[in-house]
Amino acid sequence: MINVKGITKYFGKKPVVDDVSISIGKGRITSIIGPNGAGKSTVLSMVTRLLSNDSGEVLVEGENILTQPSDALAKKISILKQSNHLQLKITVRQLIAFGRYPYSKGRLTEEDERVIDETIQYMELEEYEHSYINELSGGQRQRAYIGMTIAQDTEYIFLDEPLNNLDMKHSVQIMQILRRLVRERDKTIIIVIHDINFASCYSDDIVALKHGKVAISGTKDQVIKKEVLEEIYEMDMNIEVIGGQQICVYFDEKCTTANELSALQKVKVAQ
Amino acid sequence: MVKHLFRLDVLFVLLIVLSIASMFVGVSAISITDIFSLSEYQQNILFSSRFPRTMAIIIAGAALAVCGLVMQQLTRNKFVSPTTAGTTEWAQLGILLGMIFFPAISIFGRLGFATVLAVLGTLLFMRIITSIKFKDVIFVPLIGLMLGSVVASVTTFIAIRENALQAISGWMHGNFAMMTTGRYEIMYITIPMFIIVMLFASRFTVAGMGEDFSKNLGLNYKFVLNTGLFLTAALTAVIVVSVGLLPFLGLIVPNIVSIFRGDHLKNTILITALVGAIFVMICDIIGRIIIYPYEVSVGLVIATVGSGIFLILIFKRAKHDR
Repeated sequence: MINVKGITKYFGKKPVVDDVSISIGKGRITSIIGPNGAGKSTVLSMVTRLLSNDSGEVLVEGENILTQPSDALAKKISILKQSNHLQLKITVRQLIAFGRYPYSKGRLTEEDERVIDETIQYMELEEYEHSYINELSGGQRQRAYIGMTIAQDTEYIFLDEPLNNLDMKHSVQIMQILRRLVRERDKTIIIVIHDINFASCYSDDIVALKHGKVAISGTKDQVIKKEVLEEIYEMDMNIEVIGGQQICVYFDEKCTTANELSALQKVKVAQ
Repeated sequence: MVKHLFRLDVLFVLLIVLSIASMFVGVSAISITDIFSLSEYQQNILFSSRFPRTMAIIIAGAALAVCGLVMQQLTRNKFVSPTTAGTTEWAQLGILLGMIFFPAISIFGRLGFATVLAVLGTLLFMRIITSIKFKDVIFVPLIGLMLGSVVASVTTFIAIRENALQAISGWMHGNFAMMTTGRYEIMYITIPMFIIVMLFASRFTVAGMGEDFSKNLGLNYKFVLNTGLFLTAALTAVIVVSVGLLPFLGLIVPNIVSIFRGDHLKNTILITALVGAIFVMICDIIGRIIIYPYEVSVGLVIATVGSGIFLILIFKRAKHDR
């Protein structure tokens, strides 16, 4: 259980994150959504001690993250920021091995090697094990980075826009991996995500931020509602149930006409 | 094909062969066949001049190449090195200030001054590059070069005012001809520093992945960054004080090794050290035979060969980044 209590962050005089309190349940996928500039990534950075907070506190299993040694915390929570285009020639295996750093400080033990091998298999990266990460495609690279956080073997995994720059196929692939991690390894996953339909289809809980404040936080069914989302995004929106999933339709007023809607439905189902 | 040359065993053998060659190249003829029948004079030359010189070459080449490697990793920029960050110029200014304030200063005193100024200068450089928004790969070393030139001008200005121009010219061009017994031993200080760098190899690699990346893994980023910058500045200062300026070395050697061996310091640190030593050894031998029986300073040979390789690297990388 992670409890975030009234965290606030000022950039200059303007609060980017203003008194945000949320609690994150174990063994679930929680999505953080909201318009641009809502403070999603800033919240994620503060909750994972990458960024200091101006007030408030973050408790992991009841313990304040700032009073714990950073290397001990690295065995409990991992955070993957949007992967910046690195020029470094690091192989997939070396990258995944970084995930073991909190345990072995760079001197890999047999146990570490075993975890690394297993992770490479789990992420289906055997073929690229010795390729440099800057030579991979976006989807492969993202899998390698997520592999690193898996090797880090933390109970909580935070991901900042993991679907950025990925096409639909690879986005679905990543989300399925996250689902599997929750199901098979009992991980708790928190993601910042832009695509509201990916949030709707794959999360258990959703936190919606707007202007640095929590607009609503609850289960998926509580948040994916026409009135709620229209209020948050300040645009017209319709929610259709397709194949048991709530799909938000927000492209154009015309989208709501029956004909085009059914055409759109086919596209979404195909996804 | 070339990749297979960049292996520890191959490079080690190559270095040994070149070291033996270096021991027997010079004005006083000593042939390798004389080894069991050395005259007293030959013994003297071999142990008080040729051996110190060879050791100095190995240490200087290895140390500067490793400095460049660590600096490039920590600044995440392939064009940063002791030369392009202004570290060497700060060290020279340090030596001059030491000599002005304490005319009878020992070599350790000079080293102290050089180290302090080199560390401060490197910190200033880091300050500048973290505060500028425009982080082009070429722009960052240009700032360092400009900063270095400003510091070098200050050094020259003070030297002229203090009538010390003659004294400092010795540190402007690297030269191994002066490396004799009693003068080169100070270079052994680099060995413990080198061991610390080796112990930090994994940490430097993680730090090179970025601050957020390091914090996620529980690495004390600031501490590792400062340790790395202190070690590289101190290593550079030792070489400047003892040998003088060896330009480009820290820049080109790590870049060449990175092409063939990647950027994980655990895999590249020893190779980079060996290639650095081999490169300087070859340049010094060239300098000794090209206008035999006279000598061209090794700094000049390195600058000539190095600037060519540097240009090739720039064009290659500029093409790569587009």
